[in-house]
Amino acid sequence: MDMDVIAGAVLLMGGAGILLGVVIALFARFFKTPSDARVDLVLELLPGANCGGCGKAGCADFARSVVSGENPPSRCPVSSVEQVNAIAMALGITAGTQGRKRAVVRCGGDTLQVADKVNYNGVADCVTASLVTGGPKGCRYGCLGLGSCVNVCPFGAIEIVNNLALVHRELCVGCGKCVDVCPRGVISLVNAEAEVHVYCNSPEKAPEKRKVCKVGCIGCRKCAKYAPDKFTIEGFLASVNYEAQVLPVREDLDNIKCPTGALLSAEEHHYIEKHNPAWEKSEK
Amino acid sequence: MKYLELTVGAALVYNFVLTRFLGICPFLGVSRQLSTAMGMSGAVVFVMTVASFCTSCIYNYLLKFTLRGKSIDLTFLQVLVFILVIAALVQVIEIVMQKATPGLYQALGIYLPLITTNCAVLGAATLNFNANRSILDATIFGCFSGIGFAIALLLFASLREKLELASPPKAFQGIPIGLITAGILAMAFVGFSGLC
Repeated sequence: MDMDVIAGAVLLMGGAGILLGVVIALFARFFKTPSDARVDLVLELLPGANCGGCGKAGCADFARSVVSGENPPSRCPVSSVEQVNAIAMALGITAGTQGRKRAVVRCGGDTLQVADKVNYNGVADCVTASLVTGGPKGCRYGCLGLGSCVNVCPFGAIEIVNNLALVHRELCVGCGKCVDVCPRGVISLVNAEAEVHVYCNSPEKAPEKRKVCKVGCIGCRKCAKYAPDKFTIEGFLASVNYEAQVLPVREDLDNIKCPTGALLSAEEHHYIEKHNPAWEKSEK
Repeated sequence: MKYLELTVGAALVYNFVLTRFLGICPFLGVSRQLSTAMGMSGAVVFVMTVASFCTSCIYNYLLKFTLRGKSIDLTFLQVLVFILVIAALVQVIEIVMQKATPGLYQALGIYLPLITTNCAVLGAATLNFNANRSILDATIFGCFSGIGFAIALLLFASLREKLELASPPKAFQGIPIGLITAGILAMAFVGFSGLC
C-alpha cells in the first residue's frame, strides 16, 4: 500500500474525528441543559442495577420520579433499608414502607416427581417449548424447568435443579422479571417474610394431579382447617394467604402434616431439591 | 427534468421507507403517535439534509484528490467517514433538542440516538456517492429523501392512531396489523412508479 494513501486515511479520519469532536464539545457547552443535582445525587445512591423492578425504565428514570415525588424511594426493590433511608435523608423526604417481595416458583414437580409426557429436544427455552403442544411436562401448570427465568434474572438468583426452577432467597430482590417471562405463570411475587409456601400451581382435580405428580396439592384442607386465616383453598388448590396478619411459620407444618408435601418451608424445599430429590412424602 | 427526479423522485417514486425499505426501525418504532412522529420526521429531515451536504463535500473534495501529482483514492473509507459525520450530527441534534424541546426529547427516547444507525441516512449518503452528485444536487436529494421519509412516517402514524380504535382479531393486534397496513401503504406507493 502506498504511504501517501495511509497518511491520507489517517489524516482524514483523525482530522474529521477531531473537528467533529470540537463541534460537539462546543454545542454541549453552549446548549448545556442544567440537570437537577438532586437527580444525580439519588442516582448515585441507587444500586444501578437497571432491573426495572420499580416499574420505571432504569435507575435514572426512577431517580427522576423520586425527585418529582411520583415514587417514594422505597419503591426500589434492590436497595436495602439503609440505602433507601440514605436517599430519603438526602432529599429530606419520608422513605415509605418497602413491603419487600420475593419470587417463589409455586411448583415442586422436579424430574423425579413429574414424568414428562413427551420427549422434547427443541430449544431449551420455556416460552419456545410451551408453544409445542404446551411443553414437555406431564403437568400442564408446573414449572417447565428450561430456564427462561434464569436467563432473564438480572441478579442470578434462579437456578435449575432437577428440571425445576429454584429461587435463591438471599439473592432475589423481587424485581418481577421472571414473573413476566414465565409462560406458565408459575412464579409469583410474595411477601419476602413468608417462610412457608404451597409448591403447587395446578387447579386440576386431585385425581388428575396425582396421575402426573407425586407432590401436587390435593386440596385435602388440612392446612386450612388448622389455620383458616393463614391458608385459602380454591377448588383443589391450597395457597398461603400472604396478606394474613400472621404468616404461617415452620412450626405450623409439623401440626398440619401435609400429606403430599406440596406445603413446605422454603428452606426444606431448597434442601430437598439440592440434596434429596428422591424424597417422597406420600409413602410415609 | 433532473430536479424532478431529485425532488418528486426522492420523496415519492423512490420513497425511502415504502419503496427502498430503508429506515424501517423508526418507521415502526415512533409511529404510535402523530405528535412524536412529527418530531421524528423533523429530526430526520434535518439530519438527512445536513448529512447529505457534509458527506457530498467529503466525497467531492476529500476522498479523491491529487497530491504532488499523484492521485490518492480514499473511497474505501466511505462508509466509515459517513457514519462518523452522521453520528456527530445526531449528537449535536440531541444536545440541542434536550435544551430546546425536552418534552419531545423524552418522547423520542432511544429513537433519537438511533438516527445514527438509521440506514435511510447512510443510504442517502451512499446513493449520492454512487450517483456522483454535486453538492447542491446531493443536498436537494437528501432533503427530499427526508421529506419522503416524513410523508411515509406521518401517513403511517395517522393510520395507526386510527387503528388503535379498531378491534382486529387478537392475533393481529398491535404490530401485526401495523405491518399489514405498512404493506398496503407500500403497494399504494407503487402507483407513483413511472412518474419520473
